[in-house]
Amino acid sequence: MKAFADLYAALDETTKTNEKIAAMASYFRAATPEDVAWAVHFLIGRRPKRLVPTRDLVEWAIQEAGISDWLFGECYQAVGDLAETIALLLPAARASSEKPLRYWVEERLLPMRDWDDSARRESLVAAWREMNERQRFAWNKLITGEFRVGVSQNLVVRALAEVSGVDANVLAHRLMGDWQPTADFAAQILAQETADADVSRPYPFCLAYPLEGEVEELGDVRDWQVEWKWDGIRSQLIRRAWRPFVWSRGEELVTDRFPELAAGSALLPEGTVLDGEVLPWKDGAPLPFTQMQRRIGRKELGAKILAAVPVVLVAFDLLEHSGEDVRERPLEWRRVELERIVAAAGPESHLVLSPVVTGASWEELKLTREQARSRGVEGFMLKRRGSPYRVGRRRGDWWKWKINPYSVDAVLIYAQPGSGRRASLFTDYTFGVWDGGELVPFAKAYSGLTDEEIRQVDAFVRNNTLEKFGPVRRVKPELVFELAFEAIQRSTRHRSGIAVRFPRIARWRTDKKAEEADTIETIRALLPREP
Amino acid sequence: MENLLERNPNGLYCAAGDFYVDPWNAVDWAVVTHVHADHLCQGSKAYLCTGTSEALLRSRLGVEATIESADYGQVIERNGVRVSFHPAGHILGSAQVRIEYRGEVCVVSGDYKLAADPTCAAFEPIRCHTFVTESTFGLPIFHWPEPREVLEEINAWWRANQQAGKASVLFGYPLGKSQRVLAGIDSSIGPIYTHGAVERFNRIYREAGVALPATEYARSAPPKTDWTQALILAPPMPKTAPWLRRFGDFSTGLASGWMRIRGTRRRQSIDRGFVLSDHADWPALVRAIRSSEAKSVWVTHGYRGPVARWLNEQGMDAHAIETRYEEANSDAAEAEP
Repeated sequence: MKAFADLYAALDETTKTNEKIAAMASYFRAATPEDVAWAVHFLIGRRPKRLVPTRDLVEWAIQEAGISDWLFGECYQAVGDLAETIALLLPAARASSEKPLRYWVEERLLPMRDWDDSARRESLVAAWREMNERQRFAWNKLITGEFRVGVSQNLVVRALAEVSGVDANVLAHRLMGDWQPTADFAAQILAQETADADVSRPYPFCLAYPLEGEVEELGDVRDWQVEWKWDGIRSQLIRRAWRPFVWSRGEELVTDRFPELAAGSALLPEGTVLDGEVLPWKDGAPLPFTQMQRRIGRKELGAKILAAVPVVLVAFDLLEHSGEDVRERPLEWRRVELERIVAAAGPESHLVLSPVVTGASWEELKLTREQARSRGVEGFMLKRRGSPYRVGRRRGDWWKWKINPYSVDAVLIYAQPGSGRRASLFTDYTFGVWDGGELVPFAKAYSGLTDEEIRQVDAFVRNNTLEKFGPVRRVKPELVFELAFEAIQRSTRHRSGIAVRFPRIARWRTDKKAEEADTIETIRALLPREP
Repeated sequence: MENLLERNPNGLYCAAGDFYVDPWNAVDWAVVTHVHADHLCQGSKAYLCTGTSEALLRSRLGVEATIESADYGQVIERNGVRVSFHPAGHILGSAQVRIEYRGEVCVVSGDYKLAADPTCAAFEPIRCHTFVTESTFGLPIFHWPEPREVLEEINAWWRANQQAGKASVLFGYPLGKSQRVLAGIDSSIGPIYTHGAVERFNRIYREAGVALPATEYARSAPPKTDWTQALILAPPMPKTAPWLRRFGDFSTGLASGWMRIRGTRRRQSIDRGFVLSDHADWPALVRAIRSSEAKSVWVTHGYRGPVARWLNEQGMDAHAIETRYEEANSDAAEAEP
C-alpha cells in the first residue's frame, strides 16, 4: 500500500501533466504485474462494486475515532470528501503497510463481498490500524470508489507507453473493453505483440475540441467534411464473431439497453465497427433528449417503451472493416465504405447514415447552422479531410462548432457548499426567475465563475442568509447571473415546468438588479412548440 | 452574578471597567490581544497593548494614535478592574487578556497556539472563571504535524526546486507566519528574499530581538539576479500576479493550517501545501480550555457552534458567541492570521 499511496499523493500534489506521467511511470516500473494491473484499473476510473455500505463505513470510522455522529457530520461538511474525512479523524497512525496493492485489493477488499458485517468491520478496522494516514486515505478511496485524482486514461496510457515502449494507440485499445486486472492482463498490456483477442473490445473514441476562434481560421472550407452534431449517446457498434456489442463512450457495454441495435447488427458484415450516436428516433428525425432519459432509466425494456422511444445509431465513422483496423485510412475512404455498409444493411438495421452537409463557403454554412435547433442537433462537427481516426481528444482534426447557447438572466436564491475542492465554500447555486411577483426556482448551476468570483459570492451568501435548511441557505435575492444552456424542455418534475440541459453561469451581471431578471414567460417562449 | 464581559454591537465589552477587548468598531478604550487586521479596528480614542506589540500596533495605526502598553504580567487598574496581559503564543506580542473584578476572573485568549515558536513567548495557561476561546480550527480533523517536520518538508522542497532550476515562492501570512518560517528553516540552503509586506514586519521582529536569518527585499535585488536558488516569502497572491513575473520559473507553496484539507489545498492552485498554523489545533484547543478550569467557556470565531456543542456534551457550560473576527474567515487560507 505504501507505494500506491505515495503514487496517489504524488498525483494529487501536482497539476502538471509531465509530473503525473513521471510519477505513474516510476510506479509501473517498480510494481509487480498484479499491482500494475490493479493500479491501471483504478487510475482509469474502474472500480469494484461498492463492497461496504457507506453507512457502515461511517459508523465504524466514528467508533474508531471516538467521536459523535453529529461531529462527524460537521467534519464531513468541512472536508467534503468521505475517504479523506475518515483518514483525518482516525486515531494517529502507528504503522505503515509495505504489503502490495494486490494483497489489499484481492485479499482484503474484494472478499468483503462474502463476509458478514462483523467480519467486514473487524477486517476494515484492522486495515486502518496497519496503515499510516496517507495509506488510509488511498485505501478509503478504493473502498468508496471516488478515486478522482486528475488522471485521464490518456495520461495512464502515456505512462505505460513510456515504461513498455509499446505504441500509445495500441495501449489505449488494449485498455478498452471488459478486462480483468490480473498479472496475465498486465503482461498482455505491456506485450510487444499486438494480436489482441478480445472480440468485444472497442476502439478508443476520437474526441473533438470545441472551436474557439473564428471558423475561417480553419482555412479552406473544402478541406473539411461537415456533419450535424447529434446530441445522443456516443457509441460504437461492433459485430465480431457474429455477435453484437454496443459500447458507450463511458466504456460501458450497453448492448442490452439497445436490443434494436443488437438485432440490426446482424445485417452488418462480419468484422465491422461503427462509430456514431445512439438517438431516440422517429419518422426520420430525433426525438427530444428527455425521451431518451425515459428509456435509459429502466431496467426492463417492455414492448411499450420500445415502441414509444425506438433508437437508431446515427453512424458517422467506420473503424474496422472486414476485421481490419482501418483507423489510419483517410476520412474520405472510411466515409465511402461507411456509406456502402449502411446502405447495404438497409432500414431494418436501425442504422442511419449521418449526412454530410454541403456548403460552398463558411458563410453559407453559418446560415445552414441556424437550422440546428429546429433539427434537434447541437451544431456542426468539422472533420479534416484526409485525417485518420485518432485516439482520444486531440486538437486539429475534429472540431465541434456548436450553436450559441440559450441565455437567461436569473437571480441567485439558494446556495449550498460544494464538495471536493469546493468544500466549505458556497459554490452550488439555485437560480430563480420571476413568476408574477415571486421568484421560482428555474435551474441549478455549479460552474462558470472564476475562483475570485466564487469567493465574492461565498461572502455574499454568508452575509445575506435569510433561512437555513440543513446545508442549504436561502439568500437575499439580489445577485443576477446570466445562465447559458443547450436545450429546453417542458417538465412535470420541475416547479417552473421547465427543464434545461447543461445549465452553467455565463457571467455575473453586476450591472443588473434582481427586478431586471427574466420572467418565466420569456423563458416559456423559448420552448419548442407542442408536438 | 452578572457577567464581567458582555458582547454588545461594538465587541466584547467589560462594563465594570468600561473598555473593550478587540472591538470591531471604534470605541473609547480598546485592549488589543494582537495586531492582526481582523482583531484590530482603527479610530478608537486609546489602545492598550503589550510592550512587544507596541511597534507593530504603531505601524498599523500611525503616529497620531494614543497607545499605552504594559508588559506581560503587569497589572493595569481601570475603575477597580485589574487588566493584565499573558502570552498567547500566536505571534510576536500576542496576548491573552486577563480581567479580574471582585474576585471574578475572565480571560480573553485572542488567537493562540500551544506549539513551540521561537518568534514569540509561549502560551501561558491561566485559571479563570470564564474563558473566551477562538475556534478557527475547532474540528477534530485538525491536528497538526510536528512543526519541525513541516519545516524539514519546506527545506526539502526548496532544495528540490533548486535542483530543478526553479525559484521557491512560499506564501504565508506576512505578520507572524513568515517570521516563524524564517526562524525555523535552514538558511544555509540559499538566499532568502521577501515581499515588502513581509520585510516591514521582519524589521520590527528583529528590533524586538527575535533572531531571523538575513533577508533581502526582492524588489531591490539587481536585474539578472539568479532566483533559482532563492526562497521568496510573500503574502498569498495569484500565480499570475505581476509581482511574481520577475522570478521566471517558480514553484509555489503555502504555509497554513488550512493545508490540512485537500480541497482547500487544491483550490488555491499552489504546488505545495505546508501544514503550519499559528492557531491551536483541536487537541490543543481542548487542552487549553481544560487547563483554564473555567466554569463557563465562550467560543468565538471559527467552528464556534460545533466546539460549544462538544464542550457542552463534555459537561462544560459553553456558549457560541458571534463575533466579527470570523468574517475574514470565509476565505480560509488567505485570511488565517
